[in-house]
Amino acid sequence: MAIFTAQPAKNAPQSEVGVVSWLKKNLFYSLGSSAFTLIAIYVIYLIVPLLANWMFFDATFAPVTNEQCGREGACWSYVIEKSNLFVYGFYPPEAVWRPQLVLVLALVFVFVAKSLKPYTHKAKIIAGLIVIYPVIAFLLLYGGLGLEVIETHQWGGLMLTIVVATVGIVASFPIGILLALGRQSKMRVIRLLSVVYIEFIRGLPLITILFMASVVLPLFFREGMDMDKLLRALIGITLFQSAYIAEVIRGGLQAIPKGQHEAADAIGLNFVQKTGLIILPQALKISIPNIVGSFIALFKDTTLVLIIGLFDILSMVHLTTSDELWLGRSTEGYVFVMIVLWVILYSMSRYSKKLELKYNTEHKV
Amino acid sequence: MLSNIESRGIQTGFGFLEAESGFDIAEYLIDYSSTSTNLRVFYVGLINTLVVSAVGIVFASIIGLIVGIARLSNNWLIAKLAGGYIELFRNIPILLQILFWYNLALMVLPHPKQSFELFDSVFVNLRGIYMPKPITENGFVWVLVVLILGIVLKILLKRYYNNKKDNTGIKTNTLSYSLLLVVGLPVSVYFLLGSPLSFDYPTLKGFNFKGGMSLSPEFLSLAFALSIYTATYIAEAIRAGIESVSKGQKEAALAMGLTQKQSLKLVILPQALRVSIPPIINQYLNLTKNSSLAAAIGYSELVSVFAGTVLNQVGQAVEIILMTMAVYLTISLVISLILNIVNRQMSVKGR
Repeated sequence: MAIFTAQPAKNAPQSEVGVVSWLKKNLFYSLGSSAFTLIAIYVIYLIVPLLANWMFFDATFAPVTNEQCGREGACWSYVIEKSNLFVYGFYPPEAVWRPQLVLVLALVFVFVAKSLKPYTHKAKIIAGLIVIYPVIAFLLLYGGLGLEVIETHQWGGLMLTIVVATVGIVASFPIGILLALGRQSKMRVIRLLSVVYIEFIRGLPLITILFMASVVLPLFFREGMDMDKLLRALIGITLFQSAYIAEVIRGGLQAIPKGQHEAADAIGLNFVQKTGLIILPQALKISIPNIVGSFIALFKDTTLVLIIGLFDILSMVHLTTSDELWLGRSTEGYVFVMIVLWVILYSMSRYSKKLELKYNTEHKV
Repeated sequence: MLSNIESRGIQTGFGFLEAESGFDIAEYLIDYSSTSTNLRVFYVGLINTLVVSAVGIVFASIIGLIVGIARLSNNWLIAKLAGGYIELFRNIPILLQILFWYNLALMVLPHPKQSFELFDSVFVNLRGIYMPKPITENGFVWVLVVLILGIVLKILLKRYYNNKKDNTGIKTNTLSYSLLLVVGLPVSVYFLLGSPLSFDYPTLKGFNFKGGMSLSPEFLSLAFALSIYTATYIAEAIRAGIESVSKGQKEAALAMGLTQKQSLKLVILPQALRVSIPPIINQYLNLTKNSSLAAAIGYSELVSVFAGTVLNQVGQAVEIILMTMAVYLTISLVISLILNIVNRQMSVKGR
């Protein structure tokens, strides 16, 4: 009687493992794909060394003047020298600790909110932080209460970009919720007004709205009562953004199963209770990824304030290269701003993808 | 509000449209000079907006389709490159891209005297691209008429043979007929009429080129940036569409013995496009709206010349902004109308 002895597992066939087989399977599996691969490699060979040389190997990082920098590589010395302008604009250097503190506080608040346990009045504490934080941030950035006032025309750079984007999203949020609810309202007039507002604004380019805010808005006020330029831009952006937020939230509202409405009615909740306690929280939760997406879009659009003469990070390129000392360095400036904005936007879009996966599992029938 | 306007010494009403504009515009497709009216400026800007949007839409669609399909390629390198392209250009603000390409074009391109040349008739320099301009003479219309006739006949012929194939299973190769109808016929008419078409070549006179047709660096960088940026969104829409086609469809197509190419063309793309087309049309609208950013580099489109220059001259902000907004609203309404029609046409016809 033969005794069964287990044989050691055989190795995978030689043609299925290793670098060569990976290449064969993924890059050279047919004549056409081989051709494409070779063309792609050639294109990479043309572009990458060129870029790498310009950005790193031929570039200057030392603190030297424009002339000493040379023309074959990038002159990062310029960006380094002007870095304060890129980040804070004309904010007085001795007061730069204030925006820095605002940022630190934001991080602290996010950390506190994240580490709270659900049974410790989490929602109330977060709501409190959301109300208090903007007040503190405004006092720190603008001044008042003993702090020296720093007018908004001194704000600029990345700081201004972030302020405009954040204020835009926060201020448009409540308006967007109201518009979304209005669009679903049973009252005809309210529904019509909301629809007209949303469709009207969404059909326009942001730049015409910014123009309107900067040239038409002042006509509504008496002469001499000049409104802050930044404030006007913020009003324009909020008007614009609230239409988009409204559509995002409407999407969330529509995703709520009918049973939720019926159940809320059945236990005798009135409209406000039903909306505030049952429908909106769920709708907002579903909308979070899209709200982040809309924030990303707003962050990109924020660069348009350049056109009405506010000095965000992009305007700084123009401003710093008009400086006689750094003439002709705008490519470096644009590339630098691209890298900064790309890193911010790419991490946000990654985050929004993560959120989407996280919330994807719910409300699936 | 009216009293506020009056106290600032600004007139109201649309009378300013009849007034002489008094400034020059760099690019115009209809007759224009500094003695033209402000209304004329409006038309020039409007036409330029439509032209740059149309060019952008065509190129964005082509690039987007290629990149969207490439992203799902089995070829690892091609798929990664397409993904990298999307992640790179989608996450940089479009205004920054426009300014960057414009600035780069101005830095890289040579002065008119050292232009890059192609066949002695196309010149590239920092004032733009100069090309021969076709000049039509009497009778050229007939060539166009015959061309259109040929295309119509070709479509009818194709339909006839497709029907025949469906009914009898007999395939007919229509390529030679098609070539004859679409190429042969117009060309022979062209020569019969004695070549009623000539070209005006650009020539270097003094500091700049005269004659011919030219595309300014403003137009080129705007169209380029808009296409590159919008293409990333179109590519993503196409990818999402292709991924939405259930795997069973692909397997069934391959099981029936269709080749990769056939299954893509006959089974997957028709279903994918149904999902992709609505977001793509929305991107067309976005592209058109984004063309207003030309104001930053001075391409003579609507916002730049009308809501910019004219507004600065006459100061009638309310009227001008309203007219500008009306244009974009009309475009957006037309596009959503098209979207609705397309949606109705493409919706699944269940049985």
